[in-house]
Amino acid sequence: MPRRPRIPVYMVWGLLLLAIAAPWLGLYPVLGMRMMCFALFACAFNLLAGYTGLISFGHAALFGGAGYITGLALTSWGWSTPAGILLGVLVALAIGLVMGVLAVRRYGIYFSMVTLALAQIVYFYCLQADFTGGEDGLQGIPRGTLFGLPLQSDRVMYYVVLVVFVASWWFMRRIVRSPFGQVLQAVSENEPRTISLGYRANRYKLGVFLLSAGFAGLAGALKSVVMGFETLTDVHWSTSGLVILMTLVGGLGTDLGPILGAVIITVLEEKMGTISRFLEQLTGIHWFATLNDSASMVNGAIFVLCVLLFRRGIVGALRERWGGAQVPAD
Amino acid sequence: MTELFGVPVALLLGQLLLGLVNGAFYAMLSLGLAVIFGLMDEVNFAHGAFFMMGAMFTWMGGQYFHLNFWWMLLLAPLLVGLVGMLVERLMLRRLRGMDPIYGLLLTFGLTLLIEGVFRSFYGVAGEPYSPPDLLGGTLDLGFMYLPLYYVFAMLASLLVCLGTWLLIERTKLGAYLRAGTENPSLVQAFGINFPLLVMLTFAFGSALAGLAGVLAAPIIQVSPLMGSNLIIVVFAIVVIGGMGSVMGAIVSGLALGVIEGLAKVFYSPISTTVVFILMAVVLTVRPAGLFGKEK
Repeated sequence: MPRRPRIPVYMVWGLLLLAIAAPWLGLYPVLGMRMMCFALFACAFNLLAGYTGLISFGHAALFGGAGYITGLALTSWGWSTPAGILLGVLVALAIGLVMGVLAVRRYGIYFSMVTLALAQIVYFYCLQADFTGGEDGLQGIPRGTLFGLPLQSDRVMYYVVLVVFVASWWFMRRIVRSPFGQVLQAVSENEPRTISLGYRANRYKLGVFLLSAGFAGLAGALKSVVMGFETLTDVHWSTSGLVILMTLVGGLGTDLGPILGAVIITVLEEKMGTISRFLEQLTGIHWFATLNDSASMVNGAIFVLCVLLFRRGIVGALRERWGGAQVPAD
Repeated sequence: MTELFGVPVALLLGQLLLGLVNGAFYAMLSLGLAVIFGLMDEVNFAHGAFFMMGAMFTWMGGQYFHLNFWWMLLLAPLLVGLVGMLVERLMLRRLRGMDPIYGLLLTFGLTLLIEGVFRSFYGVAGEPYSPPDLLGGTLDLGFMYLPLYYVFAMLASLLVCLGTWLLIERTKLGAYLRAGTENPSLVQAFGINFPLLVMLTFAFGSALAGLAGVLAAPIIQVSPLMGSNLIIVVFAIVVIGGMGSVMGAIVSGLALGVIEGLAKVFYSPISTTVVFILMAVVLTVRPAGLFGKEK
């Protein structure tokens, strides 16, 4: 097997230092936390899609489902923050188990369609259930404390999220490089052959689906605690699409790609108002101002361009440039 | 006999009929997907956006050009078909030979793009569109008043489904299509312009979605978001029916419309999810779908 070219280690440390210093360099901590939650979500998605080739269109159900449960536990049941987050992860695992068992029976696009359809059940449940607050969403989720640390402070919360994020990222990286991860990559490259070597491919696929579900749930639970609210957007299929887009932009099947993609897309959504006003003033065309209300249009355009011209994503393209063996991306 | 299973018969029959109308739409939409999938192994996520465009064009035709429903019934599918043709020629064709997942991702992005463009002009609120005068009346069935237009829409959809089925199963062109499904390069070797065939098939499938949109315009509110939720239901129906089969698409489309109608009568909270639950059941029992063959 040709050695995959790696991103130099000093880049990873550099990025980590940057993340640690960011709140002092003018990054609004809540935006930083949003980025990290989505980055974790994208990494979880990438664990499944990038290394196993299973493109789930239903990850929003895990992300938002966990967010709602954590929110419910913190607001209505008065649970402590870590317990609430843990419950969110467990619920995501449970949803992931049902989804995974059904979806790994099908291949390729079928897998995507099945996950999408199953996620709609969760969406409609959240739309109708009482505790979710329907269209209004679940409001006023308290951040609480963590081992005595006051999470109300944005900076404290920021570092807690950072620690969770880095630990999760490192753990997922270990999974990919473990024997388990190698089998997964073998499955994605040649499933019948892997089966004939004695591996039960479906079990491996289900296993990675569960891992991915757990981390997606962790991301969703963290996000609901950080933001203090949970809305239907997080369980909607457009969020499943968003996480695919983030991973694709950054680079499917790369360590850092999903993080980069999540940062880019989050910043873009955050700054869309400024960008659209700038374009309006520059060109004098009032229509540009409406861009702000339909960020999905911009996301869609990036999606189309990415699929047509830039399938390896940013990190994938960089890797190629930095030499080493060709990475099969298609 | 006014009650059956504890439900008023009139209500039951009414929902059954409405379910059948919905089912006809499902059938037409999943048919378009099936035709495209059969030839290209491509799942067109933008099918819902094409459906929406059909309805929006109909509304816009009336609003800006004073073209009535009948004109738009002809024009809108042609326009949507043209859009489909461009999408295939300029974008999807570049992805031929790659993992079909890229086609799904591309059309997903297109859906966001098309929806976003329409939203930026028309917002998310729906626009009402009234049925043509000729079909404005209602039919007194004794247990309910059924708008004439519903009858028309249902019959038109069924006719289109039947026509498409005949086209694929009984004509020379259909034979080319079916042969292309089996082995594209062999078909090409026999002197048939396969890329052209693919483009026209995609246009035809898109036009079917557009036609469904026109027919749906007077029934549901015309809005930029009308297609995307529907398309996921149609995906589930296609999985239930089995992707390969045109007949499977038609039959399961109709059946699921009726089942949804029944769900509304007996336990309404489940009516939005019953299709997905059935899909899960079918997947456990017959992973290839009811009419599908395991490849």
